[in-house]
Amino acid sequence: MAIDIQMPALSPTMEEGTLSKWLVKEGDTVSSGDILAEIETDKATMEVESIDEGVVGKIVVEAGTDGVKVGAVILQLLEDGETEADLGAPAEAAPAPKDEAADAEPKSESKSKSKSESKPTESKSAPKAAAVPDDPDIPTNIKLVETTVRDALRDAMAEEMRRDETVFVMGEEVAEYQGAYKVTRGLLQEFGERRVIDTPITEHGFAGIGCGAAMGGLRPIVEFMTWNFAMQAIDHIINSAAKTLYMSGGQMRCPIVFRGPNGAASRVGAQHSHDYSSWYANVPGLKVVAPYDSADAKGLLKAAIRDPNPVVFLEHELMYGESFDVPDMDDFLIPIGKAKIRREGSDVTLVAHSRMVGRCLDAAEILADEGINAEVIDLRTLRPLDTDTVIESVKKTNRIVCAEEGWGQSGIGAEVAARVVAEAFDYLDAPPERVFQADVPLPYAANLEALSLPGVEDVVAAAKKVCYVG
Amino acid sequence: MAKKSSKKSTPKTNKEEMLGFYREMLLIRRFEEKAGQLYGMGHIAGFCHLYIGQEAVVTGCRAAMNDGDQMITGYRDHAHMLACGMESRGIMAELTGREGGLSRGKGGSMHMFSTEKHFYGGHGIVGAQVSLGAGLGFANKYLDNGAVSLAFFGDGASNQGQVYESFNMAKLWDLPVVFIIENNQYAMGTSVERSSAETELYKRGISFEIEGVQVDGMNVLEVRDAAAKAIKHARDGKGPMVLEMKTYRYRGHSMSDPAKYRTRDEVTKTRSERDPIDGVRAMLLEKKWADEADLKAIDKEIKEIVKDAADFSLESPEPHPDELWTDVLLPVEA
Repeated sequence: MAIDIQMPALSPTMEEGTLSKWLVKEGDTVSSGDILAEIETDKATMEVESIDEGVVGKIVVEAGTDGVKVGAVILQLLEDGETEADLGAPAEAAPAPKDEAADAEPKSESKSKSKSESKPTESKSAPKAAAVPDDPDIPTNIKLVETTVRDALRDAMAEEMRRDETVFVMGEEVAEYQGAYKVTRGLLQEFGERRVIDTPITEHGFAGIGCGAAMGGLRPIVEFMTWNFAMQAIDHIINSAAKTLYMSGGQMRCPIVFRGPNGAASRVGAQHSHDYSSWYANVPGLKVVAPYDSADAKGLLKAAIRDPNPVVFLEHELMYGESFDVPDMDDFLIPIGKAKIRREGSDVTLVAHSRMVGRCLDAAEILADEGINAEVIDLRTLRPLDTDTVIESVKKTNRIVCAEEGWGQSGIGAEVAARVVAEAFDYLDAPPERVFQADVPLPYAANLEALSLPGVEDVVAAAKKVCYVG
Repeated sequence: MAKKSSKKSTPKTNKEEMLGFYREMLLIRRFEEKAGQLYGMGHIAGFCHLYIGQEAVVTGCRAAMNDGDQMITGYRDHAHMLACGMESRGIMAELTGREGGLSRGKGGSMHMFSTEKHFYGGHGIVGAQVSLGAGLGFANKYLDNGAVSLAFFGDGASNQGQVYESFNMAKLWDLPVVFIIENNQYAMGTSVERSSAETELYKRGISFEIEGVQVDGMNVLEVRDAAAKAIKHARDGKGPMVLEMKTYRYRGHSMSDPAKYRTRDEVTKTRSERDPIDGVRAMLLEKKWADEADLKAIDKEIKEIVKDAADFSLESPEPHPDELWTDVLLPVEA
């Protein structure tokens, strides 16, 4: 049998890619180490080497094909003595078209939480609330452009760098490499090495240099390759950036943005999968932002760069490649400190931030089918926390579920629940429920990772619990 | 790359400069003595790190700075503020935690700043000021403002990892910053010999291609000249230098330090043989730039300044309770 060569996974989160170019043709003899093809992911263009020897029997996926799923057979290789007659049907199905793939959940999610909820026997029909019709953040009659979260973040930085000469970006691989996650793609080309600065791997040092530069009159954007590495730098984020204004009696400013991907990615293990939301949200003197979609990513990052205070900007690696509408306007700003009602509902309030907002929106759809009309609030900013929006919602729904990807103890959900209990106790018809990551370091094994992260079904179950359904 | 400073010729100076040094160093010493006294009386609380014995370091460095050059240091910072020309009243009132303090009572001994005088703190985390100071240098280079930042830290801080991260980037990018190690020989209670594999701290920049010089930190003129050279080097775009100032603190690490890790004889010997103020005083008398009566008049004047600062610091009220909530965040401009 011929050897099936499959589309390789070239990063922990890659699920598909573009087969941009073949470097071999049918009939070529290849040996181990020869470059077969170039594959383009959303982050980079990579070369695929052969690990086998033989003759190229059949190119299954043509050059230029988008959305080739990881694992799909792309080439069949004939071993010694084999002929075309030995080519069987490829083991995997043909690649899916890109638009379908775009909606696919990462593997860890789709496998997760397969416990089936028993549907209620009687089906109440609740009005299906779509997204909030009049988005208060977006002017009417404005053109919307579908943009990935990654590009929205990049656009925000580029626009602010054009606007203000003192804004610059520094971090590991932000310049020549174009960003470890390609968030800074193109910035070096536009702004040059004075303003887009590759640092050594030295988080503590460059966070401190960033703070010093901010005190010295600049507006640094410090990128951490992930927030996990910012543990090396947390001293400057808190002791130098957050506290100095207060300690100086209002004299010393530190307008700086610390940004990068936060929380679990996919199969990268405990040290690369930590959600720091509640850590930074605990600290007065910081603003903490954790956007969900592209419009918020852009509008909030622009606001963060303009903010005179230090801002911790928590992105999500698994959201970088997701696309959402962004209004096509010159100066799209989202004010820091305002939550957003992403779905109106009357029966239960679901509160979340970052990627968990998507889980809650999905949960709301499932709940709607079962007659429960959920309101979904995207906190967007974790400090200052917009409790007013949450309290108003709870006064209407009388029930709340707080969902987050991080651990529960001292978490964002714990804080929101405590405030709701303190400020709207009389409105509650059920104790608040929380959904969060299992109280263990995030495991590597696919099944264990899926078990440990909260998913849509967990939100659905919690919402039913506070509604006393099922 | 690294060298001990040569002491071939006596540095040039004049009457005005030496009288100025005498005055400044005496102000630091008397101010610190008063702070120690107020601490003993319970008016100053918390941590309070006195600079007594090290006066020549900051005084000599300041003399080599241009207006607009920045200074940043750790928690032994009162002297740096006085050298930068910050009000002794405001410093003392910050020590007593009063409304009239430079940080309106919210910073304390370790946390005072003055954007006007280009003093950037006052930092309590050992070594943090080295990265921050490199960042000030980064801003200077970015803004092309011609300024140099001076980052002061102790022998203890010189073992922190971020110091070397900052050395690396400062040289990699040739930032206009001077790293000044105030080697007073004890990191709290641990001597340099007990804490450092390489005790010649001026060599600490060698693996980053940073030139280092060891300087007699008890001699204000030696300090001035070494600092001037390093500042020029940085201002000329050649990047940072490391200056190791060999100095000594007479008092404990902080007010609560019984200093059992060294003998009284050691302190007494340094004090009698190397005291930076006595050195200046001797020169003033020897050169006949001042007589005993002149110096006594300066002493009296300094005492008045310090007494005034102390009185102010005790008369100034505690901050208004509303101050608790101010200066956490700046308002966002619309």
